Amino acid sequence: MKNIHKIFTLLLVLTVSIPVTAQQTPAPAQSEAISITGVTAHIGNGSVIENTTIVFENGKITAMGANAPTKGRVINAQGKHVYPGFITVNNTLGLGEVDAVKASMDVNEIGTITPNVRSLIAYNAESKLVESMRPNGVLLGQIVPRGGRITGTSSVVQFDAWNWEDAAVKVDDAIHMNWPNSFSRGRWWLGESRAFQPNKDYSEDIQKARDFFNGAKAYNSGQTKEKNLAFESVKGLFDGSKKLYVNADSEKEIIDAVIFAKELGIQHTVLVGGYQAYKITEFLKQNNVAVIVGRTQSTPSFEDDDYDLPYKSPKLLHDAGLLVSIDPSGSMERMNTRNLPFYAGQVVGQGMNKEDALQLITSNASKILGIDADYGTLEVGKSATLFISEGDALDVRGNILTHAFIDGRELSLQSHHTNLYERYSNKLETDK
Amino acid sequence: MKKLLLLFPTILCALLVSSQEYFPKNDGVSHPNNTFTAFTNATIYVTPSQKIEGGTLLVQNGKVVNVGKNVTVPANATTVDLQGKHIYPSFVDPYTDFGVEKPKRQGGGRSAQYEPSRSGYYWNDHIRTDINAYEKFKFDDKKAKEFVEAGFGAVSTHHQDGVARGTGMVVALNTQGNNNERVLQQKATQHFSFSRSLEMQQAYPSSVMGSMALLRQMYYDAQWYEDGNSTTKDLALEALIAHKNLPSIFESGDKLNNLRADKVGDVFDIQYTIVGSGYEYENINEVKATNATYIIPLNFPDAYDVSNTYQAAYVSLSDMRRWNQAPQNPKTLADNNITFAFTTHDLKSPKELIAKVRKAMEYGLTFEKALEALTTVPAQILKNNRVGNLNTNAHANFIITSGPLFEKETTLYENWIQGGRHEINDMSQKDIRGKYELMVAGTAYELAITGEPGKPKAEVKQDTVKHKSNLSYTKKWMELSFTKDDETYRMTGIVSNTSDDLSGRLVLPNGNETSFRARKTGPAEEAGEEKKAEEKSSPQVMPVTYPNIAYGNSTLPRAQDILFKNATVWTGEEAGILEETDVLIKNGKISRIGKNLSAGGAQVVDATGKHLTAGIIDEHSHLALSSVNEGGHNSSAEVTMEDVVDPDDIGVYRALAGGVTSAQLLHGSANPIGGRSAVVKFKWGENAENMIYDNSPKFIKFALGENVKQSNWGSNSRFPQSRMGVEQVFTDYFNQALEYEAKKKSGKPYRHDEEMETLVEILNGDRYISCHSYVQSEINMLMKVAEKFDFNINTFTHILEGYKVAETMEKHGVVGASTFSDWWGYKYEVNDAIPYNAAIMYNAGLNVSINSDDGEMIRRLNQEAAKTVKYGGVPEYEAWKMVTINPAKMLHIDDRVGSIKEGKDADVVLWNDHPLSMYSKPEKTLIEGAVYFDLEQDLQKRNAVKKERNDLITMMLNEKNGGGKTQAPRQKPQRDFHCETDHLEEGFHTHH
Repeated sequence: MKNIHKIFTLLLVLTVSIPVTAQQTPAPAQSEAISITGVTAHIGNGSVIENTTIVFENGKITAMGANAPTKGRVINAQGKHVYPGFITVNNTLGLGEVDAVKASMDVNEIGTITPNVRSLIAYNAESKLVESMRPNGVLLGQIVPRGGRITGTSSVVQFDAWNWEDAAVKVDDAIHMNWPNSFSRGRWWLGESRAFQPNKDYSEDIQKARDFFNGAKAYNSGQTKEKNLAFESVKGLFDGSKKLYVNADSEKEIIDAVIFAKELGIQHTVLVGGYQAYKITEFLKQNNVAVIVGRTQSTPSFEDDDYDLPYKSPKLLHDAGLLVSIDPSGSMERMNTRNLPFYAGQVVGQGMNKEDALQLITSNASKILGIDADYGTLEVGKSATLFISEGDALDVRGNILTHAFIDGRELSLQSHHTNLYERYSNKLETDK
Repeated sequence: MKKLLLLFPTILCALLVSSQEYFPKNDGVSHPNNTFTAFTNATIYVTPSQKIEGGTLLVQNGKVVNVGKNVTVPANATTVDLQGKHIYPSFVDPYTDFGVEKPKRQGGGRSAQYEPSRSGYYWNDHIRTDINAYEKFKFDDKKAKEFVEAGFGAVSTHHQDGVARGTGMVVALNTQGNNNERVLQQKATQHFSFSRSLEMQQAYPSSVMGSMALLRQMYYDAQWYEDGNSTTKDLALEALIAHKNLPSIFESGDKLNNLRADKVGDVFDIQYTIVGSGYEYENINEVKATNATYIIPLNFPDAYDVSNTYQAAYVSLSDMRRWNQAPQNPKTLADNNITFAFTTHDLKSPKELIAKVRKAMEYGLTFEKALEALTTVPAQILKNNRVGNLNTNAHANFIITSGPLFEKETTLYENWIQGGRHEINDMSQKDIRGKYELMVAGTAYELAITGEPGKPKAEVKQDTVKHKSNLSYTKKWMELSFTKDDETYRMTGIVSNTSDDLSGRLVLPNGNETSFRARKTGPAEEAGEEKKAEEKSSPQVMPVTYPNIAYGNSTLPRAQDILFKNATVWTGEEAGILEETDVLIKNGKISRIGKNLSAGGAQVVDATGKHLTAGIIDEHSHLALSSVNEGGHNSSAEVTMEDVVDPDDIGVYRALAGGVTSAQLLHGSANPIGGRSAVVKFKWGENAENMIYDNSPKFIKFALGENVKQSNWGSNSRFPQSRMGVEQVFTDYFNQALEYEAKKKSGKPYRHDEEMETLVEILNGDRYISCHSYVQSEINMLMKVAEKFDFNINTFTHILEGYKVAETMEKHGVVGASTFSDWWGYKYEVNDAIPYNAAIMYNAGLNVSINSDDGEMIRRLNQEAAKTVKYGGVPEYEAWKMVTINPAKMLHIDDRVGSIKEGKDADVVLWNDHPLSMYSKPEKTLIEGAVYFDLEQDLQKRNAVKKERNDLITMMLNEKNGGGKTQAPRQKPQRDFHCETDHLEEGFHTHH
């Protein structure tokens, strides 16, 4: 019980300074310069600078270095760590609230080819799930529609906004596709085996997607009177303004997908999932394909696989020279995204350098998303989207945030969860 | 018998046996036939172990009259000379559905059916003891022919549907007779399984443990009914009672179900004959310990078609091994002195039988055991001493072959059933194999006839030029044709015993008819002599591991004496964390903790810079289970997860790699009163019984909220559908239990009720509740219910709003609160689930643990414990206790495990770093001093898996290239059980 007093002192301070509301109010624009001093800066590009000062004004980092003169409000962060805001790629945050409540879900649209469906306009900036990201340092994300073969158009948002318009960082950045599975499960209710067997429709499914993209190419290069929303939405894939994110896991599926995109003249392909990408790193490198590798904290897909294969998968790809980030998708993907730093930390346990692991969810993610001019690293001239942590933010025990900023705006680190924590801790104390 | 005659419309055809002498005859005069048939000069197997060379078999009126070397053949006998030929008893298949229509799955409605659909019978529709095969039987000529051609003379058949399936009958496969003759035993057997009826839709049972509980209750109820305690009629129980002396046959179809069936039988002194899986070699010691006779399928898996490298990657090592090892199953059973019969019941056709038996023999099964499995053993199972042998008075069911049975060259000529001849291959037909000089239209050709005597093949050559040719040979007539320069020559002729040459009509390409002649020049050359020799060499069989999947152990880990030197020891006791300390493991126990301990004979492990902790304990897991939810009733206290522990789950190995040594395997949350738990140690490779704690504390799962009121299911016909109803369920059941106990104590006759027995244990404090719980209202409610009945809730599990009622829980005397570290948002009732829950409950003075409920998270419970440091500032040492000694306390195993203390079980983990660090991992995980996970051994195992996969893939490619049958590659379905795993689609569909 010794620690309880300490906690309550801290809580008291927080309670006084920040009013308790259902949703946290987005922070106003940065009004005065802020200097963080004495901090260990994890740049996000693989390097780390100890005992340094970071200054930011009007939302941009203006100075960095041990001898950088402080300006405006000074935050003494001696012994603490500063990181670029973490970035989650391929997420559905803001599109769904409670899995089991259908009315709260806007994650999936029906239809198999719906690239024109846009996540941005359904993004709920006031989601209780979104606000719970910030206290763990996850500040930006790519919001992606799920479902079907060609699922829709994503956008990149920041996680402290009044509405989707405020939230938007990069609008309609990419088209997403679920590559057909080369193995499919038997229809057990018809008496077939529950096991997975080669998918008889595999080639046909690919052909349907190819037909669509070929149609889109023809449509977009000519003068067609009748509007076709689906065709129009993928135009950017062929002029390089949009990327194609393809979800594929097995070796063959990955190769098929990459060749498919190349043959169609799609300029930029990003692989999502990539369970067996580690087997074909040379191929992926030759084709300049970045990988958003599946959640590190997941069980191996095959009984015979190394127990730690998902743990180390990003390291295997990184070591081979690929550009890698982490895909948080899967069961409970939205709520568990606050564990994104630990998904990266998991790889450190497999021998990956901590600063390299950090890149998975900072600079690598921003490069893949094409927002690296502003986000993903701590560099002068870039956005002051960063946070201060008591300790190592990739380790559970160290990931304790004291301050966080998006574009220099200081965020509330409160959430529905911290509110309840305060209420019931107070109740406990009062009742005693 | 009257009923039987009514039900079987007799087929009046040529009668060989005059068994219907009392039937009026209006289509002619009486035709009694009491002549004998004598089969002479044969090699006769009276039984598999009794062989007579040059013997005589004497048959009359469908029965064996005499057999032996010196049998006097009566004058009124037809004699069949079988010089050089063999006679064996016709085979008996003890497990078929011959002549009984296969059950059809009936479409269920949207809402589940909880009540039985029949009245006058048992409370559960899946108990179909009143079904009799003979009432559904219709002789199937087509199928009978398949059986006869495969060598069978009689089969047992029944309606294969439901948990209790009623009686089976034994039928002779005499296609020439009628049912008056063919039905050998009207009620020969009774049948059971763990599978629900396809024809009935009652929701219960929906799981293996539910079926087991149902069977036990059925037997209890039958005893009670038989003792005259029931005031009402139950035709199903009456049938069961009436059949109690019939042999009980249990279809298990699964290597673990073999043992489960036997376990059910043991309670009631019933020894089932078990229809096995074909994979008994994988746990042969346990199979042997059942003391059961087995009926063994022969459906050895075909090789996987691994010619596509990418597809091959989907096939697991365990599936590949089964292809490689399964043919050795019969030999392994025989080597272990387990009595077994063969069945064709899951072969596509009985025709495949001989080839499968031959394969089993290539893998070491002896001729005698093979023949026993097809004759005397099935006869013994069916308690019928008149089939499966050729002793005097046996049915004249026998086969005649060209030579030794099962050999490739041997032809099955005739199958006599009840004295009636069924010709399969013409025995009188001459063997025309050989080399000939064929003269056709003045030109000489070389003709070579090879192949099987009954199905010969021809090759027509001129010097080295082969001509396309075709030969058919039946009923003494041969038809031969060949094509030369696009012109076809057709020949036909009768084969006579009087000459070795062939001759007859020749039709020339221009249509003119003339004659041909082929002069025999010599015997046929045996082609592929070398190939044959190669086949004879015994096949390579991969060694079985425990469990028999990737990362299995070649030998079971045994306790070792180990001294961990210089470790940072997290005791989990008052002693706290001890730096630079030695821990000595001896005889499976933690023997000493201290500085500079001497190793004695113990192996020394340098643990400098490393951390030694007690093994992690998960209060809430569903790993290593075959089934999770019995949701067919709103209370399933009668089921126990101990019945369905499945030691072959790779999840166990992965959990060990995360430092987990013990877990409570819980029933799911489909109903308010769930099933009893299995508290286990993750002894990878051991059988289910050895994984379960000795003198295990008794637990049961309760559940509250959305799942038990079926909020997220399609069905809404089961009570309760609201939290209000949940309270009523508990109160009602506990009231019933009180009344039950009072009646039991009164000494009056009472109906033994497994469910009530369990509830009484709870009331008496002999069984603890672990209750799945989310919101504060229901948590509070359950405590009030318990208080009303004067007991305590031991554990609230999940308990996501525990932080709102922590003090009330503390006052109630809850032993433990076991929660997720940070799960929320997956359903409505977890809206207020917060990651600070553990910290607040800890601050309130509760004994808190962090659980997984998940095969992934269980591997990182150390990190999950660390989250209580992050969320709410729990001290690190206290956080660590939340995955070790705290769950041990709530599971009442803290006297044995959960901390590093002298005298406790040596369940310890050596970590390469601070155990709460994101970056640390176990290097060694020990249970009772035996190393169950070791990082270095794991690397070796990975390489071994790779090597063995490659070897097996090569072998399967060879099989395919050699013309062997293959099947498409498949990936095993992965299991991923959670509490809310839908009971109808277990493991394949989850919603937390």
